[in-house]
Amino acid sequence: MTVPDGPAAAGRSPAIVISGAALRFGDTCHFAGLDLTLDGGRTTCLLGPSGIGKTSLLKLIAGLPAAGLSGTVSAGDGAPLAGRIAMMAQRDHLLPWARLIDNTMLGARLRGEAPDESRARAILTRLGLGPAIDLRPEALSGGMRQRAALARTLYEDRPVVLMDEPFSALDAVTRHRLQEVTARALAGRTVLLVTHDPAEALRLGDRVLVLNSRPGALREIEVPGGAIPRDQARGDFAAALGRLFESLGDGGAQG
Amino acid sequence: MKSMGRLAAALGAGIAILLLWQGAVTLFAPPPFILPGPAAVARRLWLDRALLLDHGLITLAEIGLGLVIGTLIGIGAAIAISASRPLRRILLPLVIASQAVPVFAIAPLLVLWLGYGMASKIAMAAIVIFFPVTIALADGIARLEPGLVDLARVMTGGGSPRGRRWRLLRHLYGPAALPALGSGLRIAAAVAPIGAVIGEWVGSAGGLGWLMLQANARAKIDLMFAALALLAVIALLLYRLVDGALRRATPWANSTDILKESEPT
Repeated sequence: MTVPDGPAAAGRSPAIVISGAALRFGDTCHFAGLDLTLDGGRTTCLLGPSGIGKTSLLKLIAGLPAAGLSGTVSAGDGAPLAGRIAMMAQRDHLLPWARLIDNTMLGARLRGEAPDESRARAILTRLGLGPAIDLRPEALSGGMRQRAALARTLYEDRPVVLMDEPFSALDAVTRHRLQEVTARALAGRTVLLVTHDPAEALRLGDRVLVLNSRPGALREIEVPGGAIPRDQARGDFAAALGRLFESLGDGGAQG
Repeated sequence: MKSMGRLAAALGAGIAILLLWQGAVTLFAPPPFILPGPAAVARRLWLDRALLLDHGLITLAEIGLGLVIGTLIGIGAAIAISASRPLRRILLPLVIASQAVPVFAIAPLLVLWLGYGMASKIAMAAIVIFFPVTIALADGIARLEPGLVDLARVMTGGGSPRGRRWRLLRHLYGPAALPALGSGLRIAAAVAPIGAVIGEWVGSAGGLGWLMLQANARAKIDLMFAALALLAVIALLLYRLVDGALRRATPWANSTDILKESEPT
């Protein structure tokens, strides 16, 4: 059985236009008047110091309520975004009582759709979780749990995927492998990946943006060449990584 | 092995209490109608075993039915409170008021309305039981991890709103709140005998509470102690039963359980 990588037609993945985004807590303004367009079908990586509001920006796109957050978000194709987004967070948020297969199909159950068990099995198998399909999350390692969260995200099969530091709790080797799997699985979708890891951003991002500290402003970093996931051994990768670190250091009052 | 050790420790504690009791009786020699010794109580337990069993079964049935009915009401109230804000505004004060009025104060009314039979005791037990169940479950539902709340929102975004609440309760909020419900049920199981026994004191024709009153009135203190001991055994067994059932129902929650160690390994 094969599972198509990416949505059936990559062209369906809409661009996302964010305008006038602002995050204020009382007198503190994290950012205001922020405009950003996520290219359709491409991966945009967002970096920046902790607590600057990257997660809030992600929530704004997802249509989730958050204190102090304002701004408008629309899809490039003019259709509503609700129901076209899948989300993956740093914590796996797997349901402890449910087998992996049921965790994967949670979205279908919550929407009252008939769960497609063969598709869920195929996704889990492709992510190397075949033998664990009937296990509960507590029986899994951190890497496996995060892969299960990825499986749940892929099962949603949405053209837009928002990821909030999905690999930051993993060890370096597991993270590296999972980045590759993710990049392949999400190719063709509109992806926003919030991360703390500059190398991760450069490996996975068609575009890399840095949100710098108060009042926040976005800066685009030139990315190295090569197909995603990019090869870190290339010479221009190291150069780009250097520039990125420098940019993160600028204005990063929080260090 | 571990459970054997725990059993031995519990037995040891029990024997120590019995020895202290016997020691006090031997040392201070109180008249038997004030404090009978454990041997006298054991003798009474054996001699009146048929009588005690009869009344014990009545009390057990009252507690058991009260537990079932109180739990069902508690779950219903918690779901109602969680489902709608207007309902919560109406129901929550009622739920709290039901506990602010001591069961002792309503017991005579319930006996008046429901009679001297088991119905009034079951109602009393249910009133004592439903409160911890309601509060624990409503709390568990309200405390769903924010990350999961967000995830569910994104997953159901743009979908059909019909039956959405029910599906969220069935697949997410409900199972997530099961361990909290379990805590409520454990408390309920522990306090359940209070309602039944108070009901029997206020007006009844049977049950351990009734038997204790009768024994007290006739200065048969050894019988009173025997009834008390049986009540304690019923309460303990009931708790173990509920606890064991909950453990099997929510195996993922046991790692955070204070009683985890008592599980045979």
